[in-house]
Amino acid sequence: MSSTTNDVRVTDPIAQPPVLAPGHTPGSVTERISEMVHTKLTKTPKWWLLGLAVGFGLLNLFLLAVTNLFMTGIGIWGNNVPVGWGWDIVCFVWWIGIGHAGTLISAILLLLRQSWRNSINRFAEAMTVFAVACAGMYPILHLGRPWLPYWLLPLPGTLNMWPNFRSPLIWDVFAVSTYATISIVFWFVGMLPDLATLRDHAKSKVARFAYGMAALGWRNSARHWANYEVASLLLAGLSTPLVLSVHSIVSFDFSVGIVPGWHTTVFPPYFVAGAVFAGFAMVLTLVLPLRPLFKLHDFITERHLQNMAKVMLTTGLIVAYGYVLEIWAAFYSGNEFEIFMVLNRFTGPYAVQYWLLILCNILVPQLLWFRQVRSNVWALWVIAMFINVGMWLERFVIIVVSLSRDYIPSNWAMYHGTKWDMAVFAGTIGLFLTLLLLFIRFLPALNMFEMRVLTPEATKAHGEEK
Amino acid sequence: MTPLRTSAAAWTTAVQVAKTGARSPLAHTQQHFRLEGREIVRVMSLPEYLKDPARAKGHGLPPKDASLFQPGWEYKENAWGLSVDLGSCFGCNACVVACQSENNIPVVGKEQVGKNREMHWIRVDQYYEGTDLENPEIHHQPLMCQHCEMAPCEVVCPVAATVHGAEGLNEMAYNRCVGTRYCSNNCPYHVRRFNFLEYNGEREQEPVLKMLANPDVTVRSRGVMEKCTFCIQRINRARIVAEREGRAIRDGEIRTACQQTCPADAIVFGNINDPGANVSKLRSEPRTYWLLEELNTRPRTTYLAKVTNPNPDVEAG
Repeated sequence: MSSTTNDVRVTDPIAQPPVLAPGHTPGSVTERISEMVHTKLTKTPKWWLLGLAVGFGLLNLFLLAVTNLFMTGIGIWGNNVPVGWGWDIVCFVWWIGIGHAGTLISAILLLLRQSWRNSINRFAEAMTVFAVACAGMYPILHLGRPWLPYWLLPLPGTLNMWPNFRSPLIWDVFAVSTYATISIVFWFVGMLPDLATLRDHAKSKVARFAYGMAALGWRNSARHWANYEVASLLLAGLSTPLVLSVHSIVSFDFSVGIVPGWHTTVFPPYFVAGAVFAGFAMVLTLVLPLRPLFKLHDFITERHLQNMAKVMLTTGLIVAYGYVLEIWAAFYSGNEFEIFMVLNRFTGPYAVQYWLLILCNILVPQLLWFRQVRSNVWALWVIAMFINVGMWLERFVIIVVSLSRDYIPSNWAMYHGTKWDMAVFAGTIGLFLTLLLLFIRFLPALNMFEMRVLTPEATKAHGEEK
Repeated sequence: MTPLRTSAAAWTTAVQVAKTGARSPLAHTQQHFRLEGREIVRVMSLPEYLKDPARAKGHGLPPKDASLFQPGWEYKENAWGLSVDLGSCFGCNACVVACQSENNIPVVGKEQVGKNREMHWIRVDQYYEGTDLENPEIHHQPLMCQHCEMAPCEVVCPVAATVHGAEGLNEMAYNRCVGTRYCSNNCPYHVRRFNFLEYNGEREQEPVLKMLANPDVTVRSRGVMEKCTFCIQRINRARIVAEREGRAIRDGEIRTACQQTCPADAIVFGNINDPGANVSKLRSEPRTYWLLEELNTRPRTTYLAKVTNPNPDVEAG
């Protein structure tokens, strides 16, 4: 990497690739990013149409699967009596976890003034919102009587019944709904200045009207910016505890239970780390193909990929520590059921899933120690896919394997997901893909105004260059 | 007359048996038959029993203050309990059938049983022990809702559909259940049963089958959890009679369906607050133990350990 004088890297004590490719001006940033949205409908790229066709096709499969589910009952799935939760809750936790990277990037990294986040935060926030949408459906779909989910809300009504506040599922209702609300508000507020830019650059009347309505009358005035800064700081402050609380509470669904393999105090931190781990893997899974498709190499540079890989490596090590601690705690407890739980994971009927999980989540990510691997997009993408699979398996091992063999041997039974379990999961992937593709086509997928701040012109104007 | 055997050949038949090579899965309600060294079924030999009759009790129930969360309720009148004598049970399964007919429990069929979705509220677990594969030692254990005083299922239900009754029963409000199945996951005994499908659909459509149901017991619909109620309809019937006659419920007046049918009198139900009740006497026997007592669920169902006294001549032969 050659260094140029107007490169932001000169302010960096350690030589690292830049967060914005050299040679950009605020104008060129705006033009390049808004170009993605302003391309005429007739000139929509083929890959986008193909992706939407796949996503929308899967979304229709979801409709089919859920219709059958509502008409026939949970029995179309593989759930049974020792294993009351299967793919439904595995996928719920998987989706919720994925959302966490978005919140971490948009809130915690904002508060820590990590300017490298600027080009990926919008995209990651959108991913959060869509992942939470997918996750949020599962708690309703998994109900035996899915027409009664409102009984889980503390609604004053003629039933005269409150929910049971001692149940972790009620904590979940609050945690997930708060998370969804804050994520949507944060995402939308953060988009306002860019929506106004799109409005101002719109070529058609329809686009100008639509973006104008969405921009809520943003006129770029100093007062708007002052309010905006305060609002985004407040929302970041609100979101920060959510990064930690949401997955902690989701982990309580298990750790409050008395099932061996569930009942452990290590779950909250280990789930949060796992969520960030999974979330960054998903960001990479999506960003790596989008970078060449939209020619975003200037904005999502090697520096971003390096940093994301480092976050994955770190959180992956925390997760690995969690796995080790689970094993250690089981033997330290001396409890025969806990010890059996661990041995059953190692050698029981689901041992293949357990060792695959270790391979995907612990062994493969160790490659990220090497700079060459971190800067190789193909290697990164493959590792990210391993982590996506590994995190799904992790929840499967925790939920299904623990339930399938717990206290009383006569209860022991195997669980097998059915084609309908898979159809619902594929359907949520369809929803996610559809929303994501619509988002990158019609909304500013990269944060224009924060990227403008990274241009040398802007840094000079602020007198930040030393 | 079946086509296999016509009147032309009433006593002989041309039917032959041949291997087809086809495979068909067997449906069984139990798939694991070893105790894995766990103290689920407790057995003593007679000399062991004579040496220490309370040997099977293990550590017994944890002290009342072992938990931070106290129930805060005193059972002043009735406190229902059940005692199961493993020494008497010989695994005939009559209790299972009795419970099924008393409590309108659907018969779900081979496919659903194959998916571990049988609905029995009581089951008789069978365990094999020993090294002689031809002639193993067999243990039977009837298992139904233990009606825990500190029930793990109650805390986790988000809609409070399973709650504790004033007489210590763990009660299910079917109408309130939304079917999260959390209670079933958190029940260490896994005695809760879930209506994964509409198992009573046929019964509803056929007028004759409608008459099959016990009118005193709710017929459950799809998506709802259910489990042993200690035959609460029989408790209430006895309560009404007793109230009308202005007296307390007598011991033995309530007999659960499983108890009534048991040919070996292995199951005894009653008021554990009444020291004279048969169930109280059985509970105070040294052989009494609580299933998974270390979890501090404090079950109202207790087991009497099995005492064996094999004839050495028969054993050797």
